[in-house]
This record gives sequence, structure tokens and C-alpha cells, in this order.
Amino acid sequence: MFDAALYAIGALGAMTGRSPPILPGEAHGLVLDVDGQRLIDGVDLRLASPGVTVIMGPNGAGKSLLLRLLHGLIPPTAGRISWGGGPLSEAVRARQAMVFQRPVLLRRSVAANIDFVLKLRGKAAAERRDALLDHVGLVDHAALPARLLSGGEQQRLALARALAIGPEVLFLDEPTASLDPASMQRIEQIVGAAGRNGTKIVFVTHEQGQAKRLADDVVFLHRGRILEHTAADRFFDRPESEAARDYLAGRILL
Amino acid sequence: MHELGDAFAIAMALVVSADSDLLEIVGLSLRVSVSAMLVSCAVALPLGAVVAIARFPGRGAVIVVLNALMGLPPVVVGLLVYLMLSNAGPFGGLRLLYTPTAMIIAQTILITPIIAALSRQVIEDLHQEYAEQFRSLCVPAHTAMAALLWDARYSLLTVALAGFGRAVAEVGAVIIVGGNINHLTRVMTTAIALETSKGDLALALALGIVLLAIALLVNSGVMALRSTSARHAYV
Amino acid sequence: MTSRVLAFGVAALAAVVLFQPGTARAADRSIILQSTTSTANSGLYDHILPIFERKTGIKVNVVAVGTGQAIKNARNGDGDVLLVHAKPAELKFVADGYGVARHDVMYNDFIVVGPPSDPAGVAGIKKVVDAFEKIAAAKAVFASRGDNSGTHKKEMRLWRKAGLSVTDASGTWYRETGSGMGATLNVGVGMGAYVMTDRATWISFKNKGSFKILVEGDDDLFNQYGVILVNPEKHPRVRAKAGQAFIDWILSEEGQQAIRSYRLDGQQLFFPNAERVAQGKAQ
Repeated sequence: MFDAALYAIGALGAMTGRSPPILPGEAHGLVLDVDGQRLIDGVDLRLASPGVTVIMGPNGAGKSLLLRLLHGLIPPTAGRISWGGGPLSEAVRARQAMVFQRPVLLRRSVAANIDFVLKLRGKAAAERRDALLDHVGLVDHAALPARLLSGGEQQRLALARALAIGPEVLFLDEPTASLDPASMQRIEQIVGAAGRNGTKIVFVTHEQGQAKRLADDVVFLHRGRILEHTAADRFFDRPESEAARDYLAGRILL
Repeated sequence: MHELGDAFAIAMALVVSADSDLLEIVGLSLRVSVSAMLVSCAVALPLGAVVAIARFPGRGAVIVVLNALMGLPPVVVGLLVYLMLSNAGPFGGLRLLYTPTAMIIAQTILITPIIAALSRQVIEDLHQEYAEQFRSLCVPAHTAMAALLWDARYSLLTVALAGFGRAVAEVGAVIIVGGNINHLTRVMTTAIALETSKGDLALALALGIVLLAIALLVNSGVMALRSTSARHAYV
Repeated sequence: MTSRVLAFGVAALAAVVLFQPGTARAADRSIILQSTTSTANSGLYDHILPIFERKTGIKVNVVAVGTGQAIKNARNGDGDVLLVHAKPAELKFVADGYGVARHDVMYNDFIVVGPPSDPAGVAGIKKVVDAFEKIAAAKAVFASRGDNSGTHKKEMRLWRKAGLSVTDASGTWYRETGSGMGATLNVGVGMGAYVMTDRATWISFKNKGSFKILVEGDDDLFNQYGVILVNPEKHPRVRAKAGQAFIDWILSEEGQQAIRSYRLDGQQLFFPNAERVAQGKAQ
């Protein structure tokens, strides 16, 4: 699955950009209230090392919201987010990408979905697009309307589109939640490759097997608070919090 | 009500004989209303997109006004345009009164709110779907607008068609600013009004049938286009 | 994408520009004639204007509205020549400086039509004023133009002459349609109402139903048409030369003959009387 052409694309920003490093990403006292309800409750987080950070936690823990806060899709009620020591500016956001649980594809062809992003970043080129589509196994479907793809294919296209901007940070919000095992495996392969190529991956899931396969470190979120942030091995072997133990044992309903 | 039977017979005869006066009138109707539709789209689609996407104070009021203007009475529009274009009015020097251009202006004013209001709705719906993804990709507002307009194009075609339908069917505005001058500004609707006033109800109805047939043709053409695109999942 | 949308906009505007037919109004050899529905709907202009156009190359574009509206449009300078039938209003138009001079062109007459049942019993009455009195007394339904047109003004003068204030009865037996002659006739035929109409419109009207002419031939029903050149001193954009050429022609023997020769269903609709008026003015 590793592809030299893609490597050149995917890590372009990280490798050649003269902009300062985007890591560490830091959150201080992050709070988010929606309709008077505190959904993120004082989160402190430091994403310093490259690799794959998996955010886990039961449903309603605030995983997706935390991801959106870190990517700057929604503003926090209180607290501060910084990347590379600087504020979460549009310039920083442009160096990040996000894949949503339900892929939002343009009502266009598969190729046009990629072209849209390449053009947006001033990098439009048929070779880049074809390399990306090849990388996610969709090169044969390039001319097809994106919405005719299967669920797994749509998500792979969304992933290719995210990679097209050459993100230095890639957020994924349960991208395989509704996919069959084969599709899930392909997505994990692509994400893993991107992580090894130097892209920082922040991956939300509550699928333990997936977390074990991907994670370098795990953030365990419960009721809007981070209860644990440790290396993946340690989290799965010896979770410190009661809630994490219950969660891993399946005692907290997903 | 033998007029109804007569009307169909006359309509058939008119169409079959390809009556040159009829062709001229049909041609002008299409030319005026298609032009009005195109000008309206050039103004109203970007306007609808801006109102759909942008958040600014008074946006709610703008939407209410746009929606209300959809009910603009053609006669009022005709009168306003007449007052503007009259030799006694501010734009009299352009000598546009009683020309097809005046009719295009009137119909454009009439249907711009319709196309703007309906396209605002269409684009806002699509924007709901795209907004978060676009924000993630840092898509600039004007690119987002263009992308929404493009991706919603088949729905917007229906919107444009609604505008065209209103334009081609109205009589109140064009009869005032066009004057229903034979071989110059006579269109289907003013011809129908004229024949009605002459008491030739069968001919008036026949013209109405021809107008309906044209509307049917245009609409089925667009429907065919849409269903093709629906097969390709672009809608 | 932006460029594609932009291209669409440009194409649309270009299409509109290209779509524009050569506006005949812009051509020097055309004039706007503000006139009445009665003359236009009867087909008179279709008969006489081609003759004038062949002779002079001047195209006459007719805007057919009620006399009141026609005069208003002409006051705004939206026309070069006025040909209507409401002499007092025409004279005022000239007196106010909006017209150069007024000339009689032709005449026909008004008639009162109604249902064969004739509920007010006016058939055959010689004086129209007497007929109006009977209609009012019987409260028989009467459909009026109510649009300040030449016909409407004439009708109002006749009610006044009969000493009746019909506007008080508006909405009961007296019904103002606020529309053109043809539309009012349609309404009249539809509701079985008496209608006063000019004879030309009546003859060319195709939706008569069972309606008949009930009152005609009274001198009070005389219907004179006049022609006026819109004053270029008031409205510099008036095409005075071409307009005057039209007026000269229609008052000439050739123009008068053209009017005389127009027939519908074998009947002459308009009777030229330009000369008579010229003498009348001289007195």
C-alpha cells in the first residue's frame, strides 16, 4: 500500500513546508457548553509526538466534540487551543484535515472530488489525483459519480481527499463505524501508512480492536473529561481509572 | 361551451399551419422570457447563495422580504418600469418604452425575487450538508458559493424554470411596458388578452393552449435532463 | 469552479444582448401612435397602416389603450401621435400645451346593446337619454367601462344629461368593469347587462351571444375621433416630422379613402370627416 508518489503528496507540507512545526497541539482548560449543558468539561491535552493518538470513550463522552474543537470547527466556550505554540489560526487549520463519520462528498465525480481540494490548495495535477485514487484503490472509479460508490469506497474517497491537502494533522471521527470488516481494514491500512509517513493522526473510535491495532497513545474521555492519556499498551494492560476498566470490560454501554 | 372544442381545433390548425404571425409571437415570448430568466439568474443565483451562506445582521429580514416579493403583482412591476422608462421618467432618454427590452426589464424584476428566494432555500439545504466539510477544508466563501451553485445546478434549473414559467405567463407587466404592439411587442399573453377583448374566445383559448404546450415542452426537456442526472446521482 | 460560474454569468448576459431584436422604436422611420382599443380591435389599423407604410416607409406602432390612458401616456411623451375619441379631453390636452393641434379624422356612432329579453324595454327607443332613464328606473343591470376611456366619458355625459347619478348605484345594477370595451362586452354578455359600445367594436366583436343592438341612430350617440401631434416643445424626443407626416396623410383624401374602404362583414365601420371639421374650424 505504501506508495512513493503518495508519500511525496501526503507529507509534502511536513517535509518541505517552511512553516514552523505544527506539533505540539495543546488544549488548556477546554470547556464547551451547548444549551446550558457542559459537554466538554475542562480538558487539558498535549499531543506532542507524531504517530496515532486514539481518543476512546463511551457514547456521549464528547469525543467528536473534542476532535472538532482541536480542528477549530467549533469554538470552545472557555479554554485555549494552540498548535506549534501558536493560536489555532486559519493557516494552521489549513494544514489539518478531517474525515467525518459520514463522508460528505461533493455531487461530482470521484476525480472531481479530489480535484476540488487539489485546486483549492493550488496543487491541481492529474498525476497527483491519480496517485491518490490509486493509493485508496479507486482509480478505476475515477469517472463515477461519488455518490454511486459503496459506503466503504465513499469513506476511502473522503480519506483520499483529506490526504490530498497533504495534512500534517489528520483527524478521523469514527470513520469505520458503519463499514464492513474488509472496508475497515483498508481504511486502517491507509491511515496507518499516513501515520508512518509523518502525518499526526488523531483517531476517534470506540472499537477496541481497532484502537489496539492503530494506537500509539490513547486518550480516554468520559463525560467530557480526560481520565487517562497514556501509551496504548499501558492503557489496555493497566487502565488506571475505574471508568476505563469498566469501559474496556464492556460494563459501560457504548 | 363549444369554444373549448373550437379552441383545440384552432390551436391544432395554428400549429400545423405554422402561422407566421403565431411563430413571431411565440418567438418573442420565448426571447423575452428566456432573456429575463437568464438576467435574473445572473443576479438572483449569487444573491440567493450569499443570503444562504452569509450570516449578517438583518439576514432574517432580507429572507422575509425576498419571500414576500415573490408575490409581486405584475401590474405594479409594469407600472414602476413604465414610470422609469417613460419619456417623463428618469430613464426616458434610453427610449426603451414599448420595446422588447422594456418587457425583459419588467419580467426580470418580477422573477428575480422568485429565483433568489427559491435558490436561497436550495443552496441553504445543500450548505447544511457541506458546511462542516468546507470549514474543515478552509474553503474560502466565494469558492464555497461557486461550489454550492454548481453542485445544486439541477435543483437550480428547476428554480430557474419556475421563474421562466412566471415570466412567460404574466401579462400585466408586459402589456403596460410593451404596449402589445403588433409585430414589435406582442407576446403570447398580450395576444391572448387582445383576442379575449375582441370576443374571439376560441382563438384566445387556442393561443392559451399553444402557450401551455410550449411550457410543457420546456418543462419536459428539463425533466429529461434532470432524470438523466438523477441516474448519475448528481442530484 | 468560480470561473465556470462566472463564465455562465457572462454567457447569460451575452445571450441577452445578442437576443435583442433590432428595436424598431430606435429606427427613425417609426412612430408610436397612442390610440384606443376600439380602433385597434376593429382591425382598422391593420387595413390603413400598411398603405401609409408603403407610401412613406414610416412604421406606425399602435399602443391600444383606453382614451384616458392614451392621453396620459401622451402627456408623458410616450407617443408621437394621439388618435382618440373624447373631444373635450383632447381639446384640454392641446390647450395645456401637450398637443400641437387637434383635427377631426372620422366618426362612427355608439350603440346600446343588450339581451333579447330587454328587461327595461328600451328596444327601438329613439333617444338614448330616454333609454338610460328606463334602464335606471328598472334597475336593469348595466355594464360600464368605468375606465375613464372615451366611451366611458361619453356614457357619463349621457347619464348626466338624463339627470341621473349612476355612480351612487355602482355595485348594484350599475356595474363598472374598469376594463376595455371588449372585456366589458364579455362581462355584459356574461351577466345579461346593457352595454354602451362603439359600433366598430361591436361589429368586430365575436362573443356577441344572443345580444342585439337595442338603441342606435340618436345624434347624442355620435362618436368623433380626433388626431393630435404630441408637442415636440414639451417633449423633444417626439418624432414630430414622421408624426406630422402621418397626420397629413390620414387627413388627406388618400387617408380618408383608406378609412372609408375598410369594411368588416360588408359594413363600413368608420366614416371619414376630416374636411368637414376643417371647415368647421374655419367658421
